[in-house]
Amino acid sequence: MANRFFVSPAPHVHSDYSTVRLMGDVVIALLPALMVSVRVFGWNVLAITTVSIASCVLLEYLVQKFLVKGPVTVNNLSAVVTGLLLAMNLPANIPLWIVVVGAVVAIGVAKMPFGGLGKNLFNPALAARVFLLIAYPVQMTSFPQPTINGFADAYSGATPLGAAKGMLVNFADFDALGMFTGAMGGSFGEVSALALLLGFAYLLMRKVISWHIPVAVLGTMAVFAAIYGATMGGAMIWQFPLFHLLAGGALLGAIFMATDYVTSPMTTKGMVIYGIGIGVITMCIRLWGAYPEGMSFAILIMNSVVPLINKYVKPKRFGVK
Amino acid sequence: MKTFPIGGVHPSDNKQWSKGSAIEVMELPDVVNIPLAQHIGAPATAIVKKGDSVVVGQKIAEATGFMSANIHAPISGTVTAVDMQPNGQGLRQMMITIKREGDEWDEAIDRSTTLVTECNLEPKQIIEKIKDAGIVGMGGATFPTHVKLSIPDGKRAEILIINGVECEPYLTSDYRTMLERGQELIVGTRILMRAIGVTKAVIGVEANKPDAVAHLQQIIGTATDITVQMLKTQYPQGGEKQLIAAVTSRQVPPPPALPIDVGAVVCNASTAVAVYEAVQKNKPLIERVVTVTGAAVPQPKNLLTRFGTPVEAMIAKCGGLAEGDVKVINGGPMMGRALSNIAMPVMKGCSGITIMVGAAAGRGVESACIKCAKCVEACPMGLEPYLLSKQAKKKAWDAMEANDITSCIECGCCQFTCPANIPLLDYVRLGKQTVMGIIRARNMKK
Repeated sequence: MANRFFVSPAPHVHSDYSTVRLMGDVVIALLPALMVSVRVFGWNVLAITTVSIASCVLLEYLVQKFLVKGPVTVNNLSAVVTGLLLAMNLPANIPLWIVVVGAVVAIGVAKMPFGGLGKNLFNPALAARVFLLIAYPVQMTSFPQPTINGFADAYSGATPLGAAKGMLVNFADFDALGMFTGAMGGSFGEVSALALLLGFAYLLMRKVISWHIPVAVLGTMAVFAAIYGATMGGAMIWQFPLFHLLAGGALLGAIFMATDYVTSPMTTKGMVIYGIGIGVITMCIRLWGAYPEGMSFAILIMNSVVPLINKYVKPKRFGVK
Repeated sequence: MKTFPIGGVHPSDNKQWSKGSAIEVMELPDVVNIPLAQHIGAPATAIVKKGDSVVVGQKIAEATGFMSANIHAPISGTVTAVDMQPNGQGLRQMMITIKREGDEWDEAIDRSTTLVTECNLEPKQIIEKIKDAGIVGMGGATFPTHVKLSIPDGKRAEILIINGVECEPYLTSDYRTMLERGQELIVGTRILMRAIGVTKAVIGVEANKPDAVAHLQQIIGTATDITVQMLKTQYPQGGEKQLIAAVTSRQVPPPPALPIDVGAVVCNASTAVAVYEAVQKNKPLIERVVTVTGAAVPQPKNLLTRFGTPVEAMIAKCGGLAEGDVKVINGGPMMGRALSNIAMPVMKGCSGITIMVGAAAGRGVESACIKCAKCVEACPMGLEPYLLSKQAKKKAWDAMEANDITSCIECGCCQFTCPANIPLLDYVRLGKQTVMGIIRARNMKK
């Protein structure tokens, strides 16, 4: 009988979690939003997504193979998730070369120099998005208006948040249902609240993320907006928060960007603090800042606080009052 | 349903392979090796020498001090050696070797199956009998039972908890014992209650064993002193601190606090049966039920096995070892120890032999920590395994102590759940042992 005896310390069994499975689940959870975007903005969305994912994966491969000369780990899907999230944070008519620049910033600046997966301080996709926003403000803020026949208008219009900033809209008649299902201008991943919530439900079901960060971010924004809305009087106490939750990148940011494992806290208490911070900063920028949207900035600012949160916010130890 | 307050994981329990097999008696081995260290504390001291004849149940090694346990001959025959023999990990340790001749029992032992329910002994006498019988915790921790029952001055026991959780996947020895030795278990529980002076006992059983719950409830009938508490199936429900918290909602403070500090004494279900046999039948601890199981075991069984029986003989009885890559585990897959020497004798703490084959015998490939926080979420003690393992790599012992490393119960939830396959517990265990050593050295200086 030929036996090889394996010896190792306990435990001898493992759960079915793996990095690839978790990353794959994030991709699956983003598919509904991607499909709505294609329906709303046309095939251009797929071109951007493909270029973004391909550039991120290729770049990570090149850096690992030729610069770091270490093991190549692109098959863990993390670069795919970064590429997909970067794409979904871009307007649907962005020139493809800008997408490639974004991938270079995401992988080449925000991720690999810090040591690769697990070591980066800032969310790579968001760092890239903010870089592009500052470097190419015109291309990054001319959003095609959604059309019902599936082709985006050539004309660029305001996003709901941009319009609100310019006081162009009367809040009493904003189209909440349209914003919920996808009929609004914006980065293409953020247009359909319904599709994003579907993805959230999937992530919760598969235990990829816990509810703490998204609920803390959105809850804080809602409370903040309700208080602000109350000062405006009338129905604004509920219309204003509803608008802010549906507009811009609130849902995409809270569900998919703020929950990035690497750049978010390790304890549930920490996650709640981090989420509240993002909610407050986002609302401050939206209401009083120079930009109409503040979600990306808020997440990046709170990313920088995560090491501090991890150091001081400890889980509740068993047996300690 | 009741459960412990934080953390926990849900491994596949895989008890289906052996749960339906009634307890079978394992054939007597021709030669046994009996280790002198089968329990937590000082190894016992041999009181027989080469050439002595022994009978079943005869004391062959004596407890060395209070924190130790007696050891008895599991077979009758002649002592052929008292020397160093390889243990399951291949390390040599002191063992008594006995060559079997027949099956002669010590005459004081009552071998009848008649149930004896009356017990009018004083608590001190009960504890003395348990000590004489060499009983230790049979759930795997092997803490001497007489030590556990000797309540320190100034402390008071309020509740006895019988651990029938068996949260360790694959294993079914406690389950079969509860089903087949339920009467003895209940009498044993009442004896233990008498020993520590409590009027209330709770038997904790996980929800994946409803028939065991129903069976014990039926035996208890209308009596109100013992209740059976069904608990949520969640690992490590059977951890002593987790079980106390699940049953009483009280959390044992961090070390050096003990369960008695919250008024609880916990004994394993099989231990309660052993207590019955020791007190009512004068039978010392010489055998136990051992589950032999695994995906590739041809006939998984629950075997009533005399101590000293080689593990390989039991595997042979269950249909033999599959070819190729294997891992033979002394215990279950979450906390058991892998064996490099399957000639290892079965000991008091051996609740099962689990066999993994093929890819399941090895470990997954480690990759980068993605800070998913699943280890923090899974830790039933509220620790941060990712941080502790990182600190252990850096030998930052002070930082590990400050992060409560000594609270770790080594349940393995962190490593089980880690998507990056990082051997978190290897590092944490190393750190815990080092930090405990540093603390001991510091206390000695004081």
